Amino acid sequence: MKHSLRFYLQLTFTLLVCAFLIVPVVLSVLAGVTENFFVGLSSGFTLRWVAQVWDTYQMTIWRSIAIALACLVVTLLVGVPLAYMLARHQGGNSRLARVFEELLMMPVAVPGLATALALIMAYGQYRAFRGSLLFILVGHVLFTLPFMVRPVLAVMQSSQLAVLEEAAASLGAGARQRFFGVVIPNAASGILAGALMVVTLSIGEFNITWMLHTPLTMTLPVGLADAYASMRLEVGSAYTLIFLLMIVPLLVAMQWATQTSRTRVRL
Amino acid sequence: MSVQLTRSSQPHRKRPAGKVWLFAVPGMTLFAAFWLLPMLRLVGVGASGPTGAMAYLAVLTNRHYLWSLLSTLLLSGVVTVATLAISSLVGLFLQRNRFPGKSLLLAMLTFPLAFPGVVVGFMVIMLAGRQGLIGTLTDKLFGESLVFAYSLAGLFVGYLYFSIPRVILTVMAAAEKLDPALEEAARSLGAHPLRVFFDVVVPALMPALISSGAICFATSVGAFGTAFTLATNIDVLPMAIYNEFTSYANFAMAAALSIVLGLITWIALALARSLSGSSVPATA
Repeated sequence: MKHSLRFYLQLTFTLLVCAFLIVPVVLSVLAGVTENFFVGLSSGFTLRWVAQVWDTYQMTIWRSIAIALACLVVTLLVGVPLAYMLARHQGGNSRLARVFEELLMMPVAVPGLATALALIMAYGQYRAFRGSLLFILVGHVLFTLPFMVRPVLAVMQSSQLAVLEEAAASLGAGARQRFFGVVIPNAASGILAGALMVVTLSIGEFNITWMLHTPLTMTLPVGLADAYASMRLEVGSAYTLIFLLMIVPLLVAMQWATQTSRTRVRL
Repeated sequence: MSVQLTRSSQPHRKRPAGKVWLFAVPGMTLFAAFWLLPMLRLVGVGASGPTGAMAYLAVLTNRHYLWSLLSTLLLSGVVTVATLAISSLVGLFLQRNRFPGKSLLLAMLTFPLAFPGVVVGFMVIMLAGRQGLIGTLTDKLFGESLVFAYSLAGLFVGYLYFSIPRVILTVMAAAEKLDPALEEAARSLGAHPLRVFFDVVVPALMPALISSGAICFATSVGAFGTAFTLATNIDVLPMAIYNEFTSYANFAMAAALSIVLGLITWIALALARSLSGSSVPATA
């Protein structure tokens, strides 16, 4: 294939933008496994910094995973039925449903700082709650709930859910049977996409968590900020490396999920 | 027993969507208890300071807050314009050309989508910090190292970093729907390529550009993690709120300012939604 000069100019520009985005990631990964980054790569590779992060911040990693999974459970239990209501209330033309949808987006539309301050002002006096992981979980659920509801709602609206349910009902299926036998299986691709999004966002959430955390409820991104501020560059880099290793599989899974659901729609 | 019989013999009487509102009860209860009511409380706290409800005007009347607000808005505006320009070029190029390695390139361009603000801040430090790439290069070339990560310029780079991937995706989605016949027509009538670009392509992309621009703007206005990582004394509104709350324990002012900040981002996103379907902002 022969390309024009314009093609190569545009390609160069695109590659430059790509370099801007990827070079710092590569540098950070390298710094995380280099003996002394200031001296350079010639100082040799080491896993010392990774081990140090593991010793110092291991708990933040487990905590973040636990919160992300708990967040997933809550958003599944609460978000899927909610999406069902938004899709089906008054045959899908409900004004109430649109208001709910709008409201649910608010914790994402409004800066996390505001949500966190509101939670602290309203519930900060309950010491046990304030100091527990549950307090952070609440913040994460508020923030991630729309990311579960939206894809599930989109799938429910695009599939012939009303017709399928009508068919099931005419065959004598009760409400529970229809919900678990018809609604959930048909919304599976949306639920999967939402679930991956919720876990990824929860693991990376910082703005709300920073205000809500206590020294005993530090999560991974909070630990990252702590390491960036107080540790040497290599330690911060090694910690970032661990974070990247955690989210890359989620991103790959997300890519895979959207591709498979797309091909299914095409069929 | 008889009830059971009539029910199964007349399944149509019971509409499937009868009590469907019940499904929203757990979710909306959670939302009301932990977001709506606390937010109303926050509005009240904002008006509980020594100046009462006037605290909400302090962002305009107090020189310090006004300056924070203006620099936040200005920075976000410049970031938005720069992001739109860069991402449109890249997005259009990727949508229109096929070449080996394209999907890898696209994967790399969208990889930073999942980075939280703190990590974006660290990436800026890797580029322009004290031990950063730009500093090392300029030191070798000119004998003096250029370090700008811990200032508004660093924040600008950080906001570009997290905005570009998102807008590239939106532009590509919008460009996919463009009708190539229009451009061909313009070209066959003798229009210069630049003229085709500005008179045909840009107007067709406009709704997508405005909406993703508004999302980019709102995200930059509310971003906290990046500024926090770079320096706590950068004068933008989220940092002002944070300092009010933690350093001065001025809860009323922190509450009032965060309500104002929330209103600004909410309005920007409402604008985005009125122009297109989606308005999911970034998470930085």
